[in-house]
Amino acid sequence: MNERNSIIGKVDWLTVLIYLALIIIGWFSIFSAKYDEMHPSIFDLSQVYGKQLIWIGASLLIGFIILLIDAKFFNAFSLWIYIFFLFSLFAVLVYGKATKGATSWIDLGAGIKFQPSEFAKMATALALAGHLDRLDVDLQKRKDQIVAAVIVLIPMALVLLQNDTGSAIVFVSFIFVLYREGFPGAGWVMAAGVVAILLFIFTLIWSQKVMYIILGSLLILAVVYYIVAKRKGIVKMLAVFAFMFVFVFSVDYAFHNVLQQHQQNRILVMLGKLDDPQGVGYNVHQSKIAIGSGGLTGKGFLQGTQTKYDFVPEQHTDFIFCTVGEEGGFIGTAVVVLLYVALLIRIIILAERQRSTFSRVYGYAIAGILFVHVAINIGMTIGLVPVIGIPLPFLSYGGSSMLAFTIMLAIFVKQDANRLNIL
Amino acid sequence: MGVFIAIGVVFIVKLFALQVVDQEYKEQADNNALRFVTQYPARGKVYDRNGELLVFNEAVYDLMVTPKQIADAVRKDTLHPFDTLMFCHLLDIDKASFIERMDKAKKESYFKSSPFMTQVSKESYAHIAEVLYRFPGFYFQTRTVRHYPKSIAAHTLGDIGEISKAELDKDTEGEKYYRRGDYIGKSGIEKSYEKELRGKKGLKVMMVDVHNREMGSYKDGELDEEPVAGKDIYLGLDAELQAYGEQLMVGKIGSIVAVEPATGQILAFVTSPTYDPNLLVGRERGQHYKELQADPMKPLINRAISGTYPPGSTFKTVVGLIAMQSGSITPATCFHCSGTGSLPIKCTHSHGSSPDFANAIMNSCNPYFYESFKATINNPKFGGIKEGYRYWKEMTYKLGLGRKFDTDIPYERKGNIPDCEYYDKMYGGQWNSVTIRSLGIGQGEVLVTPLQLCNIAALIANEGYYYPPHLIKCFGDSTAIPEVMTTKVDPGIDPKWVRTMKRGLRTVFSGPHGTARRYELKDIPQCGKTGTAQNPHGNYHSNFIAFAPEENPKIALAVIIENGGYGATWAAPIASLMIEKYIRGYTVREDLEKRIMEGRISYKNER
Ligand SMILES: [Zn+2]
Repeated sequence: MNERNSIIGKVDWLTVLIYLALIIIGWFSIFSAKYDEMHPSIFDLSQVYGKQLIWIGASLLIGFIILLIDAKFFNAFSLWIYIFFLFSLFAVLVYGKATKGATSWIDLGAGIKFQPSEFAKMATALALAGHLDRLDVDLQKRKDQIVAAVIVLIPMALVLLQNDTGSAIVFVSFIFVLYREGFPGAGWVMAAGVVAILLFIFTLIWSQKVMYIILGSLLILAVVYYIVAKRKGIVKMLAVFAFMFVFVFSVDYAFHNVLQQHQQNRILVMLGKLDDPQGVGYNVHQSKIAIGSGGLTGKGFLQGTQTKYDFVPEQHTDFIFCTVGEEGGFIGTAVVVLLYVALLIRIIILAERQRSTFSRVYGYAIAGILFVHVAINIGMTIGLVPVIGIPLPFLSYGGSSMLAFTIMLAIFVKQDANRLNIL
Repeated sequence: MGVFIAIGVVFIVKLFALQVVDQEYKEQADNNALRFVTQYPARGKVYDRNGELLVFNEAVYDLMVTPKQIADAVRKDTLHPFDTLMFCHLLDIDKASFIERMDKAKKESYFKSSPFMTQVSKESYAHIAEVLYRFPGFYFQTRTVRHYPKSIAAHTLGDIGEISKAELDKDTEGEKYYRRGDYIGKSGIEKSYEKELRGKKGLKVMMVDVHNREMGSYKDGELDEEPVAGKDIYLGLDAELQAYGEQLMVGKIGSIVAVEPATGQILAFVTSPTYDPNLLVGRERGQHYKELQADPMKPLINRAISGTYPPGSTFKTVVGLIAMQSGSITPATCFHCSGTGSLPIKCTHSHGSSPDFANAIMNSCNPYFYESFKATINNPKFGGIKEGYRYWKEMTYKLGLGRKFDTDIPYERKGNIPDCEYYDKMYGGQWNSVTIRSLGIGQGEVLVTPLQLCNIAALIANEGYYYPPHLIKCFGDSTAIPEVMTTKVDPGIDPKWVRTMKRGLRTVFSGPHGTARRYELKDIPQCGKTGTAQNPHGNYHSNFIAFAPEENPKIALAVIIENGGYGATWAAPIASLMIEKYIRGYTVREDLEKRIMEGRISYKNER
């Protein structure tokens, strides 16, 4: 008992409090979003808000149990946990149920649906942390680099095969971890990624031709600069430009020939190129009206009008931030954004004070995962990012995501609480 | 960490701009609620084969309500409370009814509109529309109801009515199409061609201010969807012939079915008693429907497809064709007949003692067809009576008996041709041709619908094949009709036997002893077969099948008059008049026509 108490006492309560604040805000927002005069109790288990309460209860229980488990368990079993969820991802491909074009559910019966992709992120973080924690692993070695990459890429590919682009994008967040752990080239990959995203956006906004002209002018300037300044590495520079030309060409090609129509539309709407009447733009527009109409202080709890006419689709899941915006106003949204930023910063601070590589890597990994979720989800509701269906951690309705995020965070809190026991 | 802070800052700045600085979204949300008004398409019109209009649309108004908007308005504007009393007065309902309707609407959706009162009359509409601004949350939706200018063919045309709970639950094709309060085809072609007739609903997104005034189209109508009008349908029905048939059937219970043999299109589909289709329209639909349902003569039943009758002697055509096809008899085969002394079935007609096929069909000789039936099922080539009977039953199935055609006529019934197992059970496995002898003369367990019987006439008219009988001729936009209706069916009876049968049926009119010789017309060679069927409901049913002219027949039909006595008394003259009317366009036998039209058959127990 003594030891247990001491473990609980060492828990980072700031993290836990932020977590609790977020799930409570989420629960009340779901209640408001799905409020039904016929079922006015937030505890009504026949309604989604009642069900969310069950998920919250289950999450708290499991989170508490994790705090009691020996911290070494997760490092020791990281590979097995990872393999288990790889198999469940396979199972989804075989037995899964499709919703909105993505096949990501397994029906467990009794009305419970299980979405392994939510848990696979946590399992991948564990596996990567476990791999890098081994004493003989050195990220400067080619073999270990490949293993690290494979650990991330397999679940990512499986999720992509489920047509669940949103969850697959989340796996990109592991680059942060690799960068932090000195994976050679990870910095370059991130820089190249930023350049690629910029090229991608501008190509679609301005068309291929304009991009060629701009790149061409830049190329001439660069060549002149290299010659005048007599700098070395002109070949490298030329190669980079060649890549950019090819990239612009491929973006144009891929956009029109590889992406499906609804994906093209989402991107075009986000870029402001398409004011589409059929739905994509409508969703974002309604979402912005809902948030925008909240004003500074919001309309008050249960007083939202926009979010209750079913104008905003999937409002209790992916668009839950709309309800926060409409009823809580700028104060509400700012608080939520600040809570997330605080949580992320806290996780990084905790990660940095870890003695074991396992805990540090795991901390960075989950910070990356949470960050991508929050950035994409909130960005989408305010029209900064195309509509990509991933939940807002701790706020969105859904058992799988609530459980998965809670377990993910609880494991980290446990590792942190245990940090002094590691020699 | 810098990235986290940067994104946080970006979001907060953007949210500040969106929520605090920018007033545009606020105005859009505050002053305007959106109203999604369903645009109902015009339901397709229905014409007869000659382009005569049978069904068209009339406008009606549904009063819609959005419960949340009432609550909002009451909260915002306490100076003008919702005047429930005045509202009830306008609609001519009491307060209990108001509350009940409100509850129903709330149950449907608190936030979306649902019907409060459907089909408000034109007068009430004009009245209420003027003061509707005083009742926020309510608005009118225009829709159309059916109107039947000719008041004929009620069962064929069918009706539409508010969708039922069961139908709503069944609506699972992709995205749900129907909502509560929508109309759907309930019977007749309204049901079978629901999808084509209804078209596709459209949507209009309107902005509505707090005073319940429509402020115009949302986003300049970008989100609107135009409704797609339903397809028009041309039926094979001949309106004039149908009306004539209904006149002939006044005062009788039964049915007339006429088809065009070359296509299988139904020319007349009469069931009697019938009713005016305009009764099942509008707000009184429910009341009228109840009254019709309570009528002991059961006018709602379409006897042409739901009435199953013993065919009597008209069935001898079927027995004869199968006997010849199986090689059990030839046209030259003679069977002995001892008239009323024949065993096991007596003959009801007097004729030569040993008729051949031609004589037997003209005289409707019972022993001859019993012997033919017996020869078929006892035919040694089948190797046993059960095998023989199975063959016989299979042939009747191919001829369209004991089953549905499944074309475009809802609620068809199968009729009955018993199977071996039935007789095994009934007679403990011990049965033979004598046990089931009454099948040979269309009595006993055999039951057919007038539609099936008419199809037999069409098959003989065509000398061996038929097209499944159906109602539609074509769609107004000339898209193809379902293949099943244009696919020729060949039951596998050699045309030479059918021609023999056809010649025999001709003598029923033309022969010296023909049972329908009284109705022979010099200029139109008619063929037919009488039937007088015993039944448990009193006097014989008067049956007749016919087609004309003999070469390239234009019309084939079946007539059944319940408890009408001999086939030659009612059914034959009705068939003959229908033939004359259709081929000539008018009739010359005024006395006969008068006798039939004014004739009334008394029914012991008004069923
Ligand atoms: Zn006889």
